Amino acid sequence: MNYLQFFDMSAEVSLIALILIVFLYDLFTEGKERRGFHALTCVLLGLHIVLNVCPGEETVLFGGMYQSYAMTNIMKTILAIGTLLVFLQAKNWLRRDDTRHKEGEFYVLTLCTLLGMNFMMSAGHFLMFFIGLELASIPMACLVAMDKFKHESAEAGAKYIMNAMFSSGLMLYGISFVYGTVGTLYFADVPAAFHGTPMQILALVFFFAGLGFKLSLVPFHLWTADTYQGAPTAVTSYLSVVSKGAAAFTLLVILTKVFGPMVEQWQALLYAVIIITITLGNLMALKQQNLKRFMAFSSISQAGYIMLGVIGGNDLGMTSLVFYVLVYVAANLAAFTVINVIEQKSGKVDMDGYNGLYQTNPKLSFLMTLALFSLAGIPPFAGFFSKFFIFAAAFKAGFYLVVFIALLNTIISLYYYLRIVKAMYITPSDAPIAAFRSDCSTKLSLALCTAGIIALGLVSAIYDGIHLYAFGM
Amino acid sequence: MEFNYTILILLLPMLSFLVLGLAGMRMKHKVAGAIGTTVLGIVAVLSYLTAYLYFGNGRSADGTFAPQTPWNFEWLPFTTNLHIDMGILLDPISVMMLIVISTVSLMVHIYSFGYMKGEVGFQRYYAFLSLFSFSMLGLVVATNIFQMYVFWELVGVSSYLLIGFYYTKPEAIAASKKAFIVTRFADLGFLIGILIYGYYAGTFTFTPETKMLVAAGGMIPWALGLMFVGGAGKSAMFPLHIWLPDAMEGPTPVSALIHAATMVVAGVYLVARMFPLFIVYAPDVLHWIAYLGVLTAFYAAAVACVQTDIKRVLAFSTISQIAFMVVALGVCIGADTHEGLGYMAGMFHLFTHAMFKALLFLGAGAIIHAVHSNEMSAMGGLRKYMPITHITFLIACLAIAGIPPFSGFFSKDEILAACFQFSPVVGWMMSIIAGMTAFYMFRLYYGIFWGKENKELHAHHTPHEAPVSMSFPLIFLAAVTCVAGFIPFGNFVSSNGQSYDIHLNAQVAITSVCIAIVAIVLATIMYLKEQQPIADRLAATFKTLHQAAYRRFYMDEIWMFVTKKIIFRCISTPLAWWDRHVIDQFFNFTAWSAQASADEVRGMQSGRIQSYCIWFLVGALVFTLMLLLI
Repeated sequence: MNYLQFFDMSAEVSLIALILIVFLYDLFTEGKERRGFHALTCVLLGLHIVLNVCPGEETVLFGGMYQSYAMTNIMKTILAIGTLLVFLQAKNWLRRDDTRHKEGEFYVLTLCTLLGMNFMMSAGHFLMFFIGLELASIPMACLVAMDKFKHESAEAGAKYIMNAMFSSGLMLYGISFVYGTVGTLYFADVPAAFHGTPMQILALVFFFAGLGFKLSLVPFHLWTADTYQGAPTAVTSYLSVVSKGAAAFTLLVILTKVFGPMVEQWQALLYAVIIITITLGNLMALKQQNLKRFMAFSSISQAGYIMLGVIGGNDLGMTSLVFYVLVYVAANLAAFTVINVIEQKSGKVDMDGYNGLYQTNPKLSFLMTLALFSLAGIPPFAGFFSKFFIFAAAFKAGFYLVVFIALLNTIISLYYYLRIVKAMYITPSDAPIAAFRSDCSTKLSLALCTAGIIALGLVSAIYDGIHLYAFGM
Repeated sequence: MEFNYTILILLLPMLSFLVLGLAGMRMKHKVAGAIGTTVLGIVAVLSYLTAYLYFGNGRSADGTFAPQTPWNFEWLPFTTNLHIDMGILLDPISVMMLIVISTVSLMVHIYSFGYMKGEVGFQRYYAFLSLFSFSMLGLVVATNIFQMYVFWELVGVSSYLLIGFYYTKPEAIAASKKAFIVTRFADLGFLIGILIYGYYAGTFTFTPETKMLVAAGGMIPWALGLMFVGGAGKSAMFPLHIWLPDAMEGPTPVSALIHAATMVVAGVYLVARMFPLFIVYAPDVLHWIAYLGVLTAFYAAAVACVQTDIKRVLAFSTISQIAFMVVALGVCIGADTHEGLGYMAGMFHLFTHAMFKALLFLGAGAIIHAVHSNEMSAMGGLRKYMPITHITFLIACLAIAGIPPFSGFFSKDEILAACFQFSPVVGWMMSIIAGMTAFYMFRLYYGIFWGKENKELHAHHTPHEAPVSMSFPLIFLAAVTCVAGFIPFGNFVSSNGQSYDIHLNAQVAITSVCIAIVAIVLATIMYLKEQQPIADRLAATFKTLHQAAYRRFYMDEIWMFVTKKIIFRCISTPLAWWDRHVIDQFFNFTAWSAQASADEVRGMQSGRIQSYCIWFLVGALVFTLMLLLI
């Protein structure tokens, strides 16, 4: 075996190095030395992003166990950027007295899940994929239960791990069907033996359910709201963006590359899932009062939109999916950063608590409005373009009805996103959240997200650049 | 390229608008005014240079001045042929318009130094003037009908802003809204016309392919006719003229620039621009335009005879004079220089009228500045106090009345000659209207400078001559008015571009001068003296008619009746009902059902993990069954 192959997986190797450094730093420093911990981690993660920003080319290592495309690397970069933004917004929370000692754990666990996602996305074998998935899931449960002395956080962690176990079990069951009917688990060899037999259909659906859990697609979504609400806000935002993006991309790659021969089946499956996911997610979001719960349902319906990029199974869909995730990273993390900072400063996470926010914190309200507009898909913000491209991809693939229903749903989503805007700008309040100044790292996170919301939509070169590396079935 | 610099003619005023608009409030009044004026000065110099170079280049082989397009970039492409461009087109009429606009605009800029001195919002005023100059210049150099439309709307906006300049005055607000709404309403016709034109001619340029036009058949007259509706709105043709008299609420220099010399002739310019198409494909439409022009000219002249507000008199006189130009274009019967005499005459009159009407308005401004009132009753006998204003105003009156050797005589004479060539009836009608023009202008002149002096008022506040910044433009424009008639205009602008030597038609000239002199004498008898028994007796005898004319023949009331009583009641109210009770209710129902179903689906979210797993499993199995069954 050629051990030099390890160096070809540069994204993973540098991530492991990063994890080790952070881990050791956490172990061997104390007191004042830890003051620069946050900055160090962010800088190192930034370095990791810069080192791996080049998309590179397709690499197949270890006899096909590891298989990475240029697009996979782009996706890894996007997710790492998302993680960095989450770290930036988490600083407030990590500096609290009750969480201070867990700072290192948070970084290590988060980076471990990121590593798991990386492996999951560039797996070339079902077992490799499964290991990646579990590596992304199990630390996540710890993260969700990070505030473990809080009732909700512990409950959320428990619910997450139980559901994750259940879905993993079902998925493994599905993978065993694959092995049973095909005799191999290598992605490269499986498609030739796929014919759409009932057992393979069972395998497809169970496999899909496993990733559907991560993506929180209906009906595998029920854990989402409870977990999102209970988890620390930084973790919620990580769950809603990074974890979801990784799962969506993996699903796209595996469906097109591995389940390619069963395209009719999985298109029908997605057809149904997209419609109910978007619609149900939206309907549930309509009446939520708790903002984190609200964002949970909003992210469910957003996942439905992301799936529109998968359903066509072509290169256009892949480009629009990656672009959508990129924009979603900016917009959703902007919203979560605001939610997080307000929660930390005032303890309020209810929509009523936001009443009159514009009077006291106009800049924050404005940025939140931009983020919500982008999420709702109002031009000229990036969210409009990402929705447009993803609709166009599905439309070109011929899924008119789905696109139409998705379009109708954007109108509903506009309503609930604007509810927050209304609360901030219009509804008066006797006791609005007092004016406060955000710290530098929150500001940086917001600035990066806002730049993304504005620039991604206007700089068409980004979309074109991604499209260069896209592939389809 | 020789004319590359012409882009500056557009860019400079725009820049000046941006600078004054964004930073003007931090500047001193004088600085802001100086910026605007300097820019316009440069623009004027460039415009004169352009004219000099363009006409100096000589004619091309076919005896015309070849159109030049120094700038043109594709802005919005639709198909290979159909695209909206932004550019600069130089041809005889656009170059002529450049001169008119930049001259008058520069004079108004200078004049406003004195007139607007100390006003709140002085900088804003100059910013808007720059915006207007930019828009108007962009309109005339448009390379295609759509660019023209874009700038057309921009002049509309600037006009709106400037009419409503004194935005604390309710009348000014009402007038600005009225102007904007009426012209926008007319522009709807323009836009539809453009769309029809674009669809059938396959291009937005002014020179479509002949075969497309032939194939379009009956649609081109419709397109051109609808475009003229827009032109009629801007150029205040009957019955869309109602906004112009009210627009006098704006500062007087603005009236001189926008509502006398430049913007209001945009409709005439539009017809001239589309003239090659009109004359070949829609001569009937052109002639109908002429009849409408005759009606407008007569109506406005009649109303002008009895108004007492001097700016209103000038406003109606403007409407009437623009109608003269429209008639001139409308009576063309062919494209060659002789049959298309009216084209040349109309453009010529546009040129001369811009100068002397701007002079009249600026003079009126000086008078208003001196007596602080628009009403003739506050004036009378002002010749003693304001000699410069008096002489220049008299020159302008003589010009508009058509007395040689002032410029109006030459252009009006050509118009009348063209009318007689078309039909003697139109010719005589227009001659009579020209006589009415002379009459009401001299009624105005005597009313201001002679007649009964309002001694009480003047004792209280002695009228004074205008400052230099105001009297200089008056003198300059008066000089132009004296000599402009001798410009061999036909050598520059004519219907087919070939040189045309203007020769006076002796019969027409003598007739019109005689009519004008009779009218002036009549006005002298009636209005020169302090006591005006004849005028009073006439007003008493024809009381109803006098009253009707004074109330502008109730046109505003008719419009009010049509909009408020008919359109609002019979169309808007039912539509509003439908909107509120059917459409809104439908959406309320949709929203309600979404909310209701939201309550339903929340049942799934029980919080119990066992039920989550069951849903999970059931979902997976249902999907499996679904896939197995299809």
